[in-house]
Amino acid sequence: MTSAIPAPPAEPTSSPENTPSVKTRSTPEKKARRQYSDRVRAERRLGWLLAGPAFIVMLLVTLYPILQAAFESLFQFRLTTPDEREFVGLGNYAVILTDSVWWRDLGTTLLITVVTVAVELVLGFALALVMDKALKSIKGVLRTAILVPYGIITVVSAFAWFYAFDINSGYVNSWFDWLPGIDENTNWFAQTGTALFVIMASEIWKTTPFISLLLLAGLAQVPGELTEAAKVDGATWWEQMSRVIIPNMKAAIMVAVLFRALDAFRIFDNVFIMTNGAYGTEVLSLLAYRQSISRLEIGLGSAVSVLLFLCVLIISFIAIRLFKVDLAGTQGGK
Amino acid sequence: MPTSRRTPNPVKNRPRAAALASILMGTLLVTGCGSGESENTLTWYINPDAGGQAAIAEKCTTEADGRYRIETSLLPSDAASQREQLARRLAAGDSSLDIMSLDPPFVPELAGFLAPVPDDVAEATTENVVEGALAGATWKDELVTVPFWANTQILWYRKSVAEAAGMDMTKPVTWDQLIEAAETQDKELGVQGTQAESMTVWVNALIESAGGSIVTNPEAPSDEIELGLVSDAGREAARIISTIGDENLGGPGLATQNENASLDLFQSDSGSFMVNYPFVWPATVGAVESGTLDQALVEDIGWGVFPRVLDDEAAAPPLGGINLGVGAESDNPELAYEAVQCIVSVENQAEYFVTNGNPPSNTEAYEDPRIEESFPMAPVIRDSLQDAAPRPQTPFYNEVSTGIQQLWAPPGAVNPDTTPEESSDFITAVLRGERLL
Repeated sequence: MTSAIPAPPAEPTSSPENTPSVKTRSTPEKKARRQYSDRVRAERRLGWLLAGPAFIVMLLVTLYPILQAAFESLFQFRLTTPDEREFVGLGNYAVILTDSVWWRDLGTTLLITVVTVAVELVLGFALALVMDKALKSIKGVLRTAILVPYGIITVVSAFAWFYAFDINSGYVNSWFDWLPGIDENTNWFAQTGTALFVIMASEIWKTTPFISLLLLAGLAQVPGELTEAAKVDGATWWEQMSRVIIPNMKAAIMVAVLFRALDAFRIFDNVFIMTNGAYGTEVLSLLAYRQSISRLEIGLGSAVSVLLFLCVLIISFIAIRLFKVDLAGTQGGK
Repeated sequence: MPTSRRTPNPVKNRPRAAALASILMGTLLVTGCGSGESENTLTWYINPDAGGQAAIAEKCTTEADGRYRIETSLLPSDAASQREQLARRLAAGDSSLDIMSLDPPFVPELAGFLAPVPDDVAEATTENVVEGALAGATWKDELVTVPFWANTQILWYRKSVAEAAGMDMTKPVTWDQLIEAAETQDKELGVQGTQAESMTVWVNALIESAGGSIVTNPEAPSDEIELGLVSDAGREAARIISTIGDENLGGPGLATQNENASLDLFQSDSGSFMVNYPFVWPATVGAVESGTLDQALVEDIGWGVFPRVLDDEAAAPPLGGINLGVGAESDNPELAYEAVQCIVSVENQAEYFVTNGNPPSNTEAYEDPRIEESFPMAPVIRDSLQDAAPRPQTPFYNEVSTGIQQLWAPPGAVNPDTTPEESSDFITAVLRGERLL
C-alpha cells in the first residue's frame, strides 16, 4: 500500500499556497521550490529528517520483499528441491491466469469485499450517528462498547463465530430454528453460500467499528452552522443528511471505503479458521498461502502474491484517481 | 545516580542510548544463538500429545547419565502445519533439528534432509515392528526414519445396533453391510467426510482394500507420476463414499465431520458404526467417568477390524503414527540416534500407549499387562497394523492429498463415474505444474 505512506514533506498547515493534492504535484519542481519561503523550506527539511528514517525502514521491510517476490515469481522453484530451480519467465503467471481456480477465487474475494464494505458502510454510518448524537454522559461507554469487536484478535473472533455456527458445538441452529431454512441439521460450513454468509457476518461484526470511527471523525468535521442553517430553512432530517452532511463528509467516506476495501480484499484469517477454503470459499490470500506455504512452490506462490499485490494497487488507483479520494483531506478542514 | 545528572539532554544521551541498545541487541543475539545449549543437548521437535513425549525425553535424559540431554520443542497441532514448519526449517539448514516426530506420509518429501540411519540402529529398532509402520518408515527400499508409534483405524460399533441388524460381528464385515445396516436401522455411520487429510485417509484405505493404489509409481518425478484412481478400485471407493453421502447415512454434519465429530455422532443416539483411531476409547471412558456419558454406552461398544471393500479380501486399514527422523544438519547425529534408540524402547512404547493412547509399533510392547487393562482392543489394533497400508509414499504427497480432498469432499458430491477421472486429471495437471492447487 504505497499510497498509505505519509508524504514526508509534512505540509505546514499555515501555508495556504501549499495545499497538497495530486494536481499540484505535477508542477515542475524547480518552479515550485522558488515559491517556498525559507521557513517553509526549513519545515520541509525537518519533515524529511523526522519522517526519513521511518520511510527508509518502510522501504527495507516492504520494498525488498516485494522485489524478491517479483524475482522469485519468474522461477519454478520448490523449497524441498532447491537444485531443480529453473527459470520459466512469465510461465507461472500464464499458469495462474489460465486457471479457473484463480478466477473463481478472485470472484469470491471480490464478492466478500463488495458485500462487507457496503454493509459496513451503512452500519458504520448508523453507529457513527449514534455516537455523535449520544448524550455526553454515555458517550465514553458507548464508544468503548462499539469498539470492543475491533479490539478482538481476528483469529479469536473467527473461532468464536466458527464454534457458534458449527453443527456439533454451535448454538445458532437451536436459537434460530424458528427462522425458515434453519433447523438443527443446518450445516453452515458445508455449502458455499451459507459458509460465505458466516465468514462475511464475522468480518462485518469485527470491522464495522473501524469504519464507524473513521466516519465519526468525518461527522465531526461538518460545520455546525451548515446544519443549523439547513434546519432554519426547514430542511427535513433526510434533506439535511443528503444535502448537507453527506456531501461534506465525502472525503472521510471515501477514505473509509478505500481502507476497508483494501483490508477486505486481503481477507485470510476468517476463511482459514472457519473453512480453510473448503467448498468454494477460498480467497486469493489463501490461494497464495496454499502455493507457497503448503506446497512450498515458492515460484508459483510468489506469482500469486505479486498478482494479489497488483489487484490491491488497482483498487487503490481506482479509488484515488477515479473517485478522487484525497488522503490528506481528512487531516485538515476543507 | 544523583538526579542532577539526569538532566534531559537528548543530544548528549543519544550515544548512551545507542550503546545501551547495541548491548541489548548483542545480549539477545548471544542468548539467541546459545539458548543455554551445551554441546550434548539434543532438541526433539514433538507433535502435541498428552505429555508423553516430554516424559520420555526426561526419562532418557536421566538414563543417559550426562551423555546427552533431550529438550522438547512443540510443533503445531495438525500434521499439515507440522510438515510446513519442519520443511521450512530443514530447507533452511536449521541445525537445531536433532530429532523430529514425523508423520509417515511426509517422510519421502523430507528424506533428503535426514541423516542416514546407521545400520546397527536400523537393525535394533526394526525388530518386531509391525509391517505397516516399517513400510511408512522406508523410502526407496531404505529405512530413513525410525518407527516410534503406529496408528490405525478400527471399526467401532454399537452392539445393540449390530444385533438388531442381525450382523455377525465375530467375522470381518463389509462396507455394504454397514450401509445396509444403517439404512434398515435408521442410524448414522461415523466416517470422516470433511475436506481435510482425513478424507485422503479414507479414500486411500478404500482403494487399498479393493486392491488398488492411489499412486502406482510413487518414486517417480512429479511429471511422471501415474495415478491409479481410474480403476475398479477407485470406482468402488467412490461408490461407497457417494452412497453414504447421497443417502445421508453420515448424518447432517458429514461434509464437515472430522475424527472428533464422528465420535460425537457415534456416542449419540443415532450412532451405529464408526471407523476411527484408538483415541476414542480413552475419550469415551473418560467421559463416562466424569459423568457426561452413561456407563451403558461403554458396555454397548464393540470393535473389530476395518471394514472390507471386497467380500473375500482382507481390508487394508489406514496407517498413521509417528516416526523419528534425525536432521542431516544436526551437530550430533550419533548422539541423536542413541537418544532415538532410547525413545523407541519397548518399555517406553508400552508406557506411551497406556498414558497417551498412542499404540506401539513394536509388537513386543503389546505383551505389557497394563495394555490389556486399559485397551482391551489392543490385539485388534496390533493385527490391523500388520495389514495397514501407508498413504502414497511420494515426495509430492501434499499435492496428491490436497487434490483428493478437493474433489472427493463432500461425500454427497462424489460420483463414481466421474470423480476418479476428474481427480486423476486434476492431480496430474497440478504435478506437471499446469494448474494451481
